[in-house]
Amino acid sequence: MNRLFPVLALLVAVMLAYAPVMIAGAPYESTMGLVQKIFYFHVPAAMAMFVSAFVCGIASAVYLFGRRPAADRIAVSAAELTALFGVIVLISGPLWARKAWGVWWQWDARLTSTLVLWLIFQAYLLLRRYGGPGSDRLAAGVALFGMANVPFVYWSVNVWRTLHPTTSVLPTLQPGMRGPLWFSVAAFIGLYVLMLGARTRLEQRRAELEELYLAAEE
Amino acid sequence: MTKVERRRTDGGARAKAVWGSALLAAAVIVLMATAMVTTAPAPTQPPPAQEGFVPVQDVPPDEQLPAAPLVIAAYAVAWIAVVLYLWSIWQRLARVEREMAAVSRRIQGGIRQ
Repeated sequence: MNRLFPVLALLVAVMLAYAPVMIAGAPYESTMGLVQKIFYFHVPAAMAMFVSAFVCGIASAVYLFGRRPAADRIAVSAAELTALFGVIVLISGPLWARKAWGVWWQWDARLTSTLVLWLIFQAYLLLRRYGGPGSDRLAAGVALFGMANVPFVYWSVNVWRTLHPTTSVLPTLQPGMRGPLWFSVAAFIGLYVLMLGARTRLEQRRAELEELYLAAEE
Repeated sequence: MTKVERRRTDGGARAKAVWGSALLAAAVIVLMATAMVTTAPAPTQPPPAQEGFVPVQDVPPDEQLPAAPLVIAAYAVAWIAVVLYLWSIWQRLARVEREMAAVSRRIQGGIRQ
């Protein structure tokens, strides 16, 4: 990972620098016009949020049932990143909605379930910070609930009537819109992997510091 | 052609030229007058007092919310959030490294004693 990190960082930086050029060159949507360009990083941020929730849930399950500290370090890092990408989704969405729907927020199934997902991971982080001894296992259980919420968020637009576009938008995208979107998705997932690596490294160093403190006390 | 005949012919041409010039001048004056009348500003009148409000479903196009500030704000929020998070990781990592160096020095000092 240490050797790959600078290469991946350079690649992601180039991709993130070029993504706005591709987005600017993408055709306008017929009814929404310019504001639809928010789509090209609102959706990648949502995908990174979902991936992160899954990473956190799976790592938490490994920690709960396998008692591997490395899995817990990945889980807490992924939980923080879920919250971060959730902030991007929950702010860019209303900015798009204000122009497209005429309102900042609508309490429909997709928006509300996304907010609930974000709140679950905020609860995880609060538990880890203020929960005291044993909170790591309790938080791991919360992360499993968070991961289980992801499919509901994804399918909510197909099951309930919402203002939010359905999941059929992505497979039916025109080629001019498809390229910039998947390029942005790749850039965001690359950024997510980089940040997860950096954040997990921080947790690893914290664990080493704990070991050092124990050694100093002895 | 005698002198008398030539004088008569010259007088006819001069009269034709005079009449032509007069007609041209009259046409120009008529055209200019028409143009002045048609382009003259209408006398200004204050708009009548509004006696009631008429509801419409859509905001007029020139008063609609512009999209560009919303797109720019959304991009800015995304990048500010990512940059601040990366900065926070860097700060926390630097703090842990400093603490590790301090504890390592303490351990080494204890071993020497």
